[in-house]
Amino acid sequence: MSLELKQIRKSYREPGGGLLPILDIAEFAISQGEQAVLLGQSGGGKTTLLNVIAGITAPDEGHVIVDGINLTRLIEPARDRFRAERIGIVFQTFHLLPAFTALENVLLGMSFSGRPDRVFARQLLERVGLGKRLQHRPNQLSVGEQQRVSVARALANRPRLMLADEPTASVDLANQSNILSLLREGCREHNISLLLVTHSPEVSAQFERVENLQDFNRAGGAR
Amino acid sequence: MNLLTIAFKSIQQRWLPSFLTGLSVALGIALMIAVIILNGVVTNIFKQSGSGYDLVVGAKGSDLQLVLSTIYHIDNPIENLPWRFYKELSELPYVERAIPVNIGDTTEVGNFPIVGTTPQYFLVDYVPDKSFLIQGDGLRGTWDAVIGSQVARKNGWKVGSQFKMVHAGQADHVHDELFTVRGVIAPTGTPNDRTAFVHIDGFFALAGHDKPVDEAITREAKFYGETEAEVREFYKKDLEEIARHQHEEAGDHAHHHHHHDTPDIQKEVTSVLIVMKGEGYQAANATNLLQNKLKDGFQAQGANTVQVMDRLLTNLVGNVRYAFLYLTALIIAVSGIGIFVSIYNSMSDRKKEIAIMRALGARRQTVLSIIMLESVLLCVLGGLGGILLGHGLVYFASPIIEARSGLLIDPIAFDPLELAVIPGLILMAILVGLIPGLTAYRTDVAESL
Repeated sequence: MSLELKQIRKSYREPGGGLLPILDIAEFAISQGEQAVLLGQSGGGKTTLLNVIAGITAPDEGHVIVDGINLTRLIEPARDRFRAERIGIVFQTFHLLPAFTALENVLLGMSFSGRPDRVFARQLLERVGLGKRLQHRPNQLSVGEQQRVSVARALANRPRLMLADEPTASVDLANQSNILSLLREGCREHNISLLLVTHSPEVSAQFERVENLQDFNRAGGAR
Repeated sequence: MNLLTIAFKSIQQRWLPSFLTGLSVALGIALMIAVIILNGVVTNIFKQSGSGYDLVVGAKGSDLQLVLSTIYHIDNPIENLPWRFYKELSELPYVERAIPVNIGDTTEVGNFPIVGTTPQYFLVDYVPDKSFLIQGDGLRGTWDAVIGSQVARKNGWKVGSQFKMVHAGQADHVHDELFTVRGVIAPTGTPNDRTAFVHIDGFFALAGHDKPVDEAITREAKFYGETEAEVREFYKKDLEEIARHQHEEAGDHAHHHHHHDTPDIQKEVTSVLIVMKGEGYQAANATNLLQNKLKDGFQAQGANTVQVMDRLLTNLVGNVRYAFLYLTALIIAVSGIGIFVSIYNSMSDRKKEIAIMRALGARRQTVLSIIMLESVLLCVLGGLGGILLGHGLVYFASPIIEARSGLLIDPIAFDPLELAVIPGLILMAILVGLIPGLTAYRTDVAESL
């Protein structure tokens, strides 16, 4: 299995002091190389779930097992290292660093895993059609181009698991399918499992495995 | 891409505030460098001027006054010594040279101090291993003068120029006699540069510079603890000669005034510069010996220039210089606070950037290091800029300072204290970067994304 979730619970403390349950997932799994879509409404706990899987947010209970490693048992620095090496993330709003060029943004992720590879970073950007925009900063790129840089960055460390949080929500229709296919092809090429969360039925329609978060999240989410 | 590059990129992104904070560090450091160098120069001048002599002998009183008046010409002379005493000093077996010095008068133009001395003055190194370079001749004849570089420049005098001098402290008493410039001394960076030297014979020959005989006898009797009769006996020949001249002049009104050498009884010196025989230990021993011998006496003292100036520097000038250094340190501390404010203020804008890096796998320590490195980069780059700026300041200011004050400043002077600047700045940067760094360290990734 590429990803296994077991008995995951996560709540947030409300201003009044009470607990607001966000995630309550008995089981969820993706096999290596599989591409799945998680469909859910906003506030349904999609982002929190991705943060828990990425090891950014610790669950209150349960186990997150990625590529055979139980993330919940790792200390924080080891979890950070694991995330750098084996998990790729594509954010809804790209999250590129404005001071860095396209190439540098891709290299940045590689630096934290300790495996900077300029040649591969270039190849990835060429692969997403930005071979001539390596030295452009995010503000010199169109929205679609920015998201393509972020796809290249997520693929840069040859992760085992790719998490994509509404990757097409901020781009126009023409770019949506382009980005989606770049992401899916990239994952397929490197045998990377893909978990994409979206609220868009158009996006989910393109995937074979579509899960509805509400179906297996007993907490129902709040964000 | 290493952390330094990441830190540098972040500085680049906020170039204006970064530049301004770096500039404030640079200005603080530049000021400190200038103070350090000028302070070194001034200290050297105080310590070195007169360091060519083992001892300055003068009338009893403040040794500081003796040194300041004899070497630096910035204080009034204490009292005079009899010529006989100078001659005794010069005959001491362990004395290599005894150079008489007469001060008090000034040039009519420019008000530069006059030193009446012998040609020997220029044979002694003014600072160890630095001898006088004189363009033209030295002091040869009675009415010859050799002038310092500043006197030459400011008064526009050169070899062949003639000048008159003003009697000590009396602006309306200008001596009639003319001295002729025979030599100009190359700049030395010492008070010699703003001094006009005249031959001691000429100095004595000026009207009013020969002490009236009776007064001289009373003074010398007191100096040596002898009776006046004993003094008269000692100067028997001189006194006879004086009587003969007076008689000649009384019966010879019609003829013009004859110039005669001043008799020893009427000569006085302000102080005597002593160079001992031998070097190092031997000279130091002789210096101590003479100094102690003078202490036992009751009319003269021997001051060690270096020791006296050391005391002055430590007690007074030293404190002023520390005050300056503290002041510049304070300026740098203020610029350090500026860096703190700049980085700290940027933290709220950068929370997202930090969260992105953390989401990409950067550890907490990594983002802490990036912020600290940023602070170090700003301080070190600012510091290096400041060192360059400081030296540039000294380089361009040195000719101006020299022209105005006579202080010779090596434009590429380097003070070992400068070596402490960069490590000091790094320390400051770490302190300043710590709090913003910890803010980055504690950033909640999920919340900030």
